[in-house]
Amino acid sequence: MSFIPKPKVTHPKLPRNALGLTERDYEGGVSTLCAGCGHDSITAALIQAVFELDIPPHMLGKMSGIGCSSKTPAYFVSQSHGFNSVHGRMPSVTTGANAANNELIYIGVSGDGDSLSIGMGQFAHVIRRNLNMCYIIENNGVYGLTKGQYSASADVGSKAKKGPANRQMPIDPVSTAIGLGATYIARGFSGDKKQLVPLIKGAIMHKGFALLDIISPCVTFNDHEGSTKSYAHTRQFYHHVIDADFIPPAEEIVADYEEGGAMPVELHDGSKIVFRKVDKHYDPTSRAAAFSFLRDSIRAGEIITGLLYIDEETGDMHDLSGSVDRPLAKIPYEELNPGRETLSKVMQRYR
Amino acid sequence: MKPTDVSKPDYFHKVVDCQWACPAHTDVPEYIRLIAQGRFSDAYMLNRESNVFPGILGRVCDRPCEPACRRGRVEDKPVAICRLKRVAADHRDDIRERLPRPPARTNGKKIALIGAGCASLTVANDLLPLGYEVTIFEALKDTGGLMRTNIPRFRLPPKVLDEEIGYILDMGAELKLNHRIDSLKALLDSGEFDAVFVGTGAPRGKELDLPGRQEADANVHIGIDWLESVAFEHIERIGEKVLIIGVGNTAMDCCRTSLRLGANDVKVMARKPRGFFKASDWELEDAEEENVEIVVNHSPKAFVLEDGKLVGMTFEVMEYKVDERGRIDRGTVVGETTLPCDDVILAIGQENAFPWIERDIGIEFNEWDCPVVDETTMMCTREGVFFGGDSAFGPKNIIWAVAHGHEAAISIHKYVSGEDLRDRLPHGMNLSTTKMGMHEWSYSNNYDPSERRLMPHVDLRERFKNIDIEVELGFTADQAIQEVERCLNCDIQTVFEAKLCIECDACIDICPVDCLTITANGPEDELRGRLSAPAENLEQALYVSEELPQTQRVMVKDEDLCVHCGLCAERCPTGAWDMQKSRLLIPYAADEAEPERRRARAG
Ligand SMILES: Cc1ncc(C[n+]2csc(CCOP(=O)(O)OP(=O)(O)O)c2C)c(N)n1
Ligand code: SF4
Ligand SMILES: [Mg+2]
Repeated sequence: MSFIPKPKVTHPKLPRNALGLTERDYEGGVSTLCAGCGHDSITAALIQAVFELDIPPHMLGKMSGIGCSSKTPAYFVSQSHGFNSVHGRMPSVTTGANAANNELIYIGVSGDGDSLSIGMGQFAHVIRRNLNMCYIIENNGVYGLTKGQYSASADVGSKAKKGPANRQMPIDPVSTAIGLGATYIARGFSGDKKQLVPLIKGAIMHKGFALLDIISPCVTFNDHEGSTKSYAHTRQFYHHVIDADFIPPAEEIVADYEEGGAMPVELHDGSKIVFRKVDKHYDPTSRAAAFSFLRDSIRAGEIITGLLYIDEETGDMHDLSGSVDRPLAKIPYEELNPGRETLSKVMQRYR
Repeated sequence: MKPTDVSKPDYFHKVVDCQWACPAHTDVPEYIRLIAQGRFSDAYMLNRESNVFPGILGRVCDRPCEPACRRGRVEDKPVAICRLKRVAADHRDDIRERLPRPPARTNGKKIALIGAGCASLTVANDLLPLGYEVTIFEALKDTGGLMRTNIPRFRLPPKVLDEEIGYILDMGAELKLNHRIDSLKALLDSGEFDAVFVGTGAPRGKELDLPGRQEADANVHIGIDWLESVAFEHIERIGEKVLIIGVGNTAMDCCRTSLRLGANDVKVMARKPRGFFKASDWELEDAEEENVEIVVNHSPKAFVLEDGKLVGMTFEVMEYKVDERGRIDRGTVVGETTLPCDDVILAIGQENAFPWIERDIGIEFNEWDCPVVDETTMMCTREGVFFGGDSAFGPKNIIWAVAHGHEAAISIHKYVSGEDLRDRLPHGMNLSTTKMGMHEWSYSNNYDPSERRLMPHVDLRERFKNIDIEVELGFTADQAIQEVERCLNCDIQTVFEAKLCIECDACIDICPVDCLTITANGPEDELRGRLSAPAENLEQALYVSEELPQTQRVMVKDEDLCVHCGLCAERCPTGAWDMQKSRLLIPYAADEAEPERRRARAG
């Protein structure tokens, strides 16, 4: 929270994207989160990603539920669409929005509380539908907004600022998503934008449900010693397993990659993601391999990060339900609503 | 890169670009804040401490601070630093009570100051309160030197001069007007003085020896001499058509003065194209506003006479090539033209002249026939004789003369007290936090996007009626209120404490001008290329932290475009960033005399 908004003055040499916009044009309102909150860094990474992807602001739909994390859509791309829904209900509202207009790019921002407690059911079903969206969990292990109670992602043994250590098993959103069949699964850290920005870009461009679990320390309620979601703990235990470079459709892969260390995957729009594997044996296209690797790392107390799984084959909700390509929102009313007569004919078939 | 050593006063001083550029190191941001608070007398006194003549300089300073101003890099126009100084002077109360007073009894030491210009007056200002007996010798009938003789009244009214010079003389200087020193040897031999300071300026205007010069003498004038004659009302008219040769600041004063003495067609003849003129942009602007024509690429060739009277001047028309680095060649002649005129004023520079200093009294002269003067002590090769202002190192400007005067006063005090002239107090630096509360700072930290205010001028139809009409009206209250907010408070420093940083990136994300980066350390030239925004201005420092605790990377701040909004400190959860006011402590003669005083100022 600051008393003055970020001044409009900019660096005179600020780069512009293909739309002639600067990164500053993708900013939102002044953040009212605590100074140093990881969520603000993720906001900055999101701004950078949508800027670099040349996304026209009005083609973006920002969706969220309730929580400090769910407040963040207010802090990026002011000139876009958005819906701040009820606690845990962002997935269904986004499903509705996407059903009506599949042309928009949907970025949902949620929290570990919003997604893994009250919203767990919705979270599971939006994965099942493979809704085309970028779903971000800003994961801090607590309910920040309601003053720091443990959330479902709190690790066993993690200490609260005041009070006893947590004893209940955590829900790991990444393993859960692998189990539920999500088609793009990544983990990042708010304190590592270099890794995070390409992960977000890939998640946005992936056609289908992309889950990004981002460790995002709550400086106020969960950044003390003994916490497993603090800046210091995350930095000590996190491992890059696979970093990803995002390469837009028209661009060549120019970077030199180490033998066996790189693996390009083409996305539906012709853009590419090049996996940079730190562990050469890791296969990000095998759901089973990803799952067992994750289980081992959790047991070892490691926080593995990077793009852990991708599946470009499975169709999204519209493909699965066979809906028309044209966004329903743009189909004229007469066409969309065939009228009472046609309807009664259809009904007739079921009589 | 090594971690930046901010314990040296120079590091944060240099961040305050204006103060660093000012030869007298005037505390610009602080006086601007005082003006913002309506504390005009305080702002005036703060100015006076370093630059001695705020009312004069607020009108006619060469303002090296403004091209240096950070605001000029962030957008295109710097803060109107100079004219805000005038605001402080215009609105001050009677400050005579607050001036330093000489002690009841003098210390019996006698100092001679030759010339009553800005350099000598500064020396007097610094030495009188210490009890010295100061005698000022002036060849002309009035004080002020070039400030009075060369700067026309419509830019600097005599009343302003009299007031500020009066403050100094009233401390008890003995003033001998119409008293030209013809022999330095005689003055030194008299044994009357414990030290002598020479502040006689660069009093000789350059000649232009071209065919017809002698014959046309009645209508060819040397710029600075002519301005002096106008100032003392020995000259009251000039012909209708006037050519000014040269395009420096003296030329600007000559052309505008001509317009007030009956000329109606004034051309300033420049040898080179625009961009290569000596005159400051703002002086050119003011002259062109008065319809002075600036004729470029004309090199003077001969004076043209008819019946023994000047009727025109012949010029070679030049063409130049400018290379990719912006350097101009010597030019080629592509034609010739003659322009009619009644008078010609030569304003092609001035030089030092010391016919009155004997060459056998131990004062060494260099190849340009100027005395060899030590840049720190201002003493020449004869002990006890000091120089300052234009007479020391050739023509500069008023504010340099003031800076010289302060240094000379320190040296004179040390010399007379038998101390080592080189053992001088160093600059000091005070830092104190400006944090008042969670998000409150004791300065106005928001960035104000207002553009630079335009100085209101007397109407063009009015201003030529009388040479005494001051053209600039000074900022109105509204203008001053807006202009002060443009100052970026560069003295409120971003101070970083590496061990508190948790590398949350909050400062980096909020910085509006992309100054900050957390990255692996490296050599400076390589590091400059991989910051949030490339740090291409090599004049501006990188502030590099110690290693950060969690990742052993470093915090790097490019000082170049920081707008000192304090948002990095506001967003910092651990107080690793703080906004601290830096105050440069400049020692003056009084501090050398009384180290206690200095400690008291340091607080
Ligand atoms: C229906 C409903 N139940 C409970 C709440 C109270 N509540 C507000 S935010 C929140 C948890 C938020 O946690 P998380 O999603 O992790 O967000 P964070 O603040 O940690 O970013 C809860 C339980 C609510 N607003 N609405
Ligand atoms: S309470 Fe925690 S999660 Fe909420 S804004 Fe503050 S630091 Fe961020
Ligand atoms: Mg949370």
